[in-house]
Amino acid sequence: MDSTKSSDKMPVGVLGGGSFGSAISNLLAENQPVILLTRSQEVADSINTTHDNRGRTMHENVRATTNAREVAEQCRLIYPILPSAGFRETIKNLAPHLTPEHILIHGTKGVDVQLPEGVQLTSDYKLNPKKVNTMTEVILQETIVRRVGCLAGPNLAGEILEGQPAATVIASHFEEVIKLGQKTLRTPRFQVYGSHDLTGVEIAGVLKNVIALAAGALSGLGFGENAKALLISRGLVEMIHIGKHLGGDIVAVLGLAGVGDLIATCSSSKSRNFTVGYRLAKGETLTAILADMEEVAEGLNTLRISRSMANYLGIRVPLTETIYDVIYGEKTVEEGLDYLMKFPFYVDIDRSMFRGN
Amino acid sequence: MATKVHNSDGWLYDPILPDSSTWPIVQLTNHRDEFLKELVELSIQNIKETLGNNPSNLKDELARTLYTERIRLTQTPWKADAPDEKEFWSQVKKHMVRINAGHENPNAFGHEDLIRRIVTRYAEEIAGVFDVKAYDFAKGFTTFMFSRLLNASQGKGFSRFWDSRHNLHDKIHLIGEIDHIRELAKQGTVIVVPTHFSNLDSMLIGWAIQSIGLPPVLYGAGLNLFGIKIMAWFMNRLGAYKVDRRKKNTLYLETLKMYSELSLRKGCNGLFFPGGTRSRSGMLEKRLKLGLLGTALQAQRMNFVDDGEDAKKIFVVPVTINYNFVLEAQSLIDQHLKISGQEQYYVENDDFSTSSKMLRFIYKFFTASSEIAVRFGTPMDLFGNRVDEEGRSFDPHGHEVDIKKYFYSNGEITKDLQRDAEYTRMLGERIVERYHCEAVVFCSQILAFAAFRIFKARYNRMDLYGLMRLPSEDLTIRPKQLMDSVDKIVERLREMHASGEIQLEKEILEGSLSNIVKKGIANLGIYHAKLPLMFNAEGDFQSQDIKLLYFYHNRLEGYGLHKVI
Repeated sequence: MDSTKSSDKMPVGVLGGGSFGSAISNLLAENQPVILLTRSQEVADSINTTHDNRGRTMHENVRATTNAREVAEQCRLIYPILPSAGFRETIKNLAPHLTPEHILIHGTKGVDVQLPEGVQLTSDYKLNPKKVNTMTEVILQETIVRRVGCLAGPNLAGEILEGQPAATVIASHFEEVIKLGQKTLRTPRFQVYGSHDLTGVEIAGVLKNVIALAAGALSGLGFGENAKALLISRGLVEMIHIGKHLGGDIVAVLGLAGVGDLIATCSSSKSRNFTVGYRLAKGETLTAILADMEEVAEGLNTLRISRSMANYLGIRVPLTETIYDVIYGEKTVEEGLDYLMKFPFYVDIDRSMFRGN
Repeated sequence: MATKVHNSDGWLYDPILPDSSTWPIVQLTNHRDEFLKELVELSIQNIKETLGNNPSNLKDELARTLYTERIRLTQTPWKADAPDEKEFWSQVKKHMVRINAGHENPNAFGHEDLIRRIVTRYAEEIAGVFDVKAYDFAKGFTTFMFSRLLNASQGKGFSRFWDSRHNLHDKIHLIGEIDHIRELAKQGTVIVVPTHFSNLDSMLIGWAIQSIGLPPVLYGAGLNLFGIKIMAWFMNRLGAYKVDRRKKNTLYLETLKMYSELSLRKGCNGLFFPGGTRSRSGMLEKRLKLGLLGTALQAQRMNFVDDGEDAKKIFVVPVTINYNFVLEAQSLIDQHLKISGQEQYYVENDDFSTSSKMLRFIYKFFTASSEIAVRFGTPMDLFGNRVDEEGRSFDPHGHEVDIKKYFYSNGEITKDLQRDAEYTRMLGERIVERYHCEAVVFCSQILAFAAFRIFKARYNRMDLYGLMRLPSEDLTIRPKQLMDSVDKIVERLREMHASGEIQLEKEILEGSLSNIVKKGIANLGIYHAKLPLMFNAEGDFQSQDIKLLYFYHNRLEGYGLHKVI
């Protein structure tokens, strides 16, 4: 689409100039002008002058700014694509400029926990699931915006930036939000599905990152497809098990945001979560890995949260427990694997999980 | 600050609109014919829209309506049904036959005529007639009856009937954000949404609303209640409109919804019991019936369309009605257990079906009851935002919100029913949240909760139904054990109260542990023939009826209190 035509349209905002934020911006820019909020003025200037965002080429319809107010005033539709750790803070800063007319569709695959001062999520901490908020809940808590949606699916940023074909799902309780998401985001190479199960889709996208950590580790150990398939299918069961306590839904796990995203992240070295597991299995320490990663691996945060939630609920989640012990140095990768292989599972799928609760 | 007038019946607030001729509800009655006409036209418009403006859908719906209405006539006739129902529907049938035979042209106005005929009938049935004189009489009468009964109950029967020593307001506490709500009612339309545990709620809330000086509210009452003569007389004149849950066809539902929407647009304050029916389990409502609440959203949107910046705002006031005991507890919990036990059928035990039963009910209520707390919660707009005394909306960080923009797409107000339905669902969630925060805990509820949880833990191998069958001998607790649990619950409740998560009666806030237990045991379900919890001869606590104990325990469900004991 040529840029003169699309510049007549109202611009769409994107919060966060990381790899996924850039990928989404470029997709959006094919349909209308985009205003991208970045934290650093330097990055913004570079995008505006040379279309370069730390090595990623940005579409010419993307204009960057560091001024949240500008984004809110010029765009009715905004996509926050931020790390979960900084999500609440950024949304809080934006909040005074938002009106009830705004629509927010986030693309963050993490959850938010508000802990009391000085409390850390340790392996024995008991975390009440009520204290865990999805990003939608953060938006509803911090702003007056009600028309909220989320974006999830097998969307490895690198592949999207290369223009490879992909699909995503936009979930919202509001038909209007889904339609607007499709209208602004759909391109000949990017298909956009809709879903009304907002929480289910969000939770599926969040929990799959933990499994991706393990997939990386298996790959790092040099194991093949049997092991990976075992992990993915058992991982799905555990995602459903935990997800139910966060208001998630089985059906969403079967969709793009669940199985779809799980297969993509469990197979790709382009996934940050996968990479963390892979390098751990190769013998590096977590500190060393984190030190040279450009962006956050959401799975680590989700892992701590899932683990402490399971403590509170008194449920067994052997995969999550083992991954936790391995990542935080209580077991070696081999010991973890050994433990899982000996764990007395008897049933493949526990049917009681599918009953309404 | 509102002026309170002290009279023999206790502290009452000045009416905010002393001149009854200015009440919107009176206006509505004075212009009833025009109102009904408008109602019929708008309903027909909505019906057509709902059916996709498709003549063949319309025809199908008409046929379905006729069919289900004729079944209703033979299978579930009610005393409150109009005498000419049969006549009317057989005429409708003839009319249909004529159209189908081609004697009338259906595309021109055949179907439309028929729809208008049916909708007009529904509209006439639904709409109430408000009568100021009856209202004044009822107001005096209920206050009089309530206080007489109260005084009689405190002494030994009717010898105390004429005493005034016991003030109604000693017994029924009206608390919460009353001044704030009075201010809002002066400039906008107020919708009161109370919790629903007892059949007495409607009378009690009606009395409470006039006591805080608000003009009368319009409320929907089950058509079945109009079969009781006394009830019908009062309700017919006090602004009640009729809701018939047997009629589930589109024509009826759209007319009913439009009635509610239009009356709100005309500024009539409303009252919905969003729980639908009384809580069977004794738990605070979790899922709300949103149909009528949704009409508030429509009304608010239309107010903005009609009046722009000067549009009247609609405010929602969650109210909790808090009892030490619920007279119908026995039959309610039985029904709950049967329903959740997946029984296919249950017969609704109507403990409220005739005038004399009703009077006996009210008498028992006052002779046995201890305090009742009616708490008017924090008012909000239809999007759950906080509102100040001028009715302005604010976000959680104190920025003013222009709620008109919730209806915007591309910079202007648009009609999107799916969107409004979602706003309504969110409002429902917010109301449930507020119910939990505005609930007033009584000592008796703490005792019931602690005792039931002790039994549940003791017999942890049994399911709920096994537990319900335990004989009374197996249901004793040593005082020390109960006191320990109560102590822990009280401590947690006080913390929750400090952070605004719940309300507590004074005794729980300030009293000693032994006083809390004493007051609790003295009040817990005292009307019932078999007591949910009592002291036995050995000085232990004992439950004579664990189902009732379960019912009262349920009120404190959902706060995570079992985690502390």
